[in-house]
Amino acid sequence: MRRYLICLIYTLAFTFGAAAQDHSGHNHDHSGHDHSHHGHDHAGHNHGSHEGHNHSTGCGAHAHEFDPGALAIHHIGDANVYSIGPLNIPLPCILYNKDLGWKVFMSSKFGIGHHGDGHYAIDGYVLDGGSVKRVQDASFPMGKVEVNGFIHGKDESGKFMSSVCYNETLYSLDAKSTADGGIFGGGITSFYDLSITKNVTAMLIVCFLLGLAFFGAAKKYRNNAGKAPSGLQNLLEVFIVFIRDEVAKPFLGHHWAKFLPFLLAIFFFIVGLNLFGQIPFLGGANATGNLAVTMVLAIFAFIVTNINGNAHYWKHLLLAEGTPSFVKPILIPVEILGLFIKPLTLMLRLFANITAGHMVIIIFVSFIFIFGQSGANPVGGYGAAIGSTLLTMFMMAIELIVAFVQAFVFTILTASYLGAATEEAH
Amino acid sequence: MILFLSDFNVIKPDFGLIFWTTVIFGLFWLLVGKFAFGPIKEALRKREGDIQDAIDQAAKAREEMANLKAENEKILAEARAERSQILKDAKEAGAATVEDAKNKAKEEAQRIVNNAKNEIENQKKAAVAELKNMTGQMAITIAEKVLSKELDKSGEQEKLVNTLIDEIKLN
Repeated sequence: MRRYLICLIYTLAFTFGAAAQDHSGHNHDHSGHDHSHHGHDHAGHNHGSHEGHNHSTGCGAHAHEFDPGALAIHHIGDANVYSIGPLNIPLPCILYNKDLGWKVFMSSKFGIGHHGDGHYAIDGYVLDGGSVKRVQDASFPMGKVEVNGFIHGKDESGKFMSSVCYNETLYSLDAKSTADGGIFGGGITSFYDLSITKNVTAMLIVCFLLGLAFFGAAKKYRNNAGKAPSGLQNLLEVFIVFIRDEVAKPFLGHHWAKFLPFLLAIFFFIVGLNLFGQIPFLGGANATGNLAVTMVLAIFAFIVTNINGNAHYWKHLLLAEGTPSFVKPILIPVEILGLFIKPLTLMLRLFANITAGHMVIIIFVSFIFIFGQSGANPVGGYGAAIGSTLLTMFMMAIELIVAFVQAFVFTILTASYLGAATEEAH
Repeated sequence: MILFLSDFNVIKPDFGLIFWTTVIFGLFWLLVGKFAFGPIKEALRKREGDIQDAIDQAAKAREEMANLKAENEKILAEARAERSQILKDAKEAGAATVEDAKNKAKEEAQRIVNNAKNEIENQKKAAVAELKNMTGQMAITIAEKVLSKELDKSGEQEKLVNTLIDEIKLN
């Protein structure tokens, strides 16, 4: 019992420390850069009243107001810079524009400042909140030029817009092209970003570590054949045997051996990224909470399922065998819809669970700054720190369970779809 | 709507991340699946087979052991029976030997006694013979004495012979 108390006290102390540090950091930042940053909220409201985007002149200092929503979204998003506390690790940018062609350089070239905002524009590319954006205006100077901060807001249609301040003038920015077809406010823009982003880095690290663990284990199985498993091998074996006996065998019958490597790859990839994203003070890369990642995983599951679908599966799907003919016109479209809804739910479930968990934790931490009124009300801040620490600890415990449960759910559903596709006629 | 003043970009799947996830997951699946999960799967399957074999073998060994034990018991019982038979035989043989020895001893004793009796008889006979000789001798001596006295008186002779004969009768 005493041990738990000591842990709790340490955590509380740490939270206070972090809160105090962050607070001083904000102050420092303000005195350092007059023209820039943080103006998310106010700037947004101001921006709505601007006439045009390019040549408005109100590009001065902005009052700072804490916006937990923006903070949460900033933290769960992907970035072209890996921020761990005050440390900004630059990542390679691989950018493509129709006129400029390919541009490859390290994001440190942007001169990364606070909140991942770059101090320089490179060939019309800028770094806004850790993400590379491109100036829409073709008259913007090429090469390396200094910029004076960013302003965010919404245009007349309610679409999120950001602008960069250069030479006392606002220039509208394009975000990178996205594959949502404009449904979520993205779409094809003036450039493509194939950079090694924060999430890609996290995936590389996780895959490297998993590879190391599994190749080590495989080597042990080879060299110590006939001996009892030991060390890491034991830990991995628990999961491997669990996936094999509780997921692969019940759903896939005698096909289990063929699909086990795929199911294990899915499970460990997801669980590895989920856990990696939860390590505190390590940047919190939110790969499995990004729709692009879950989409790719769902597409893999979809392709593997339908490539292995047998005649029985396709007949059942396209002809709705064994049902009265008057039901068929209803059932066949439903079955075909279901074919696509299955991977769609896989994609959304994982994304929503992980993103929501991360956002809740960030919002809980934000309580400290909301109640503390960004340092104006230290009593409220310290009070909220106690409450939010407890809530965050609780939430992190939940997230730890969610990390495993969601990986398991994704794997078991993939196995059930695969099982339905490979099941023989009875 | 403060929330959407910031760019909620996690819901916009960008091409870079799609591309890299495909590459990384594809490679992970290919490499780890082929060179780690495959061998691990086989190793686990083999080990389970080995364990099953070991269990089966243990059961078989146990059965064999039981058989062996039964056989051992049979042999032991047989040995025990044989032992008691041998003991019985030995006892009987012993008893027979003792009996035989006793009979032999009795016979020997009888023989010795008989020999002794014969010896006694012989000795007696010898003694009688000697006595007869001695008697003859005495008779001769008497006769001599009688003969020497005959020369003196014939009545006296008769008297003497009668006296001598009485003496012999007394003996």
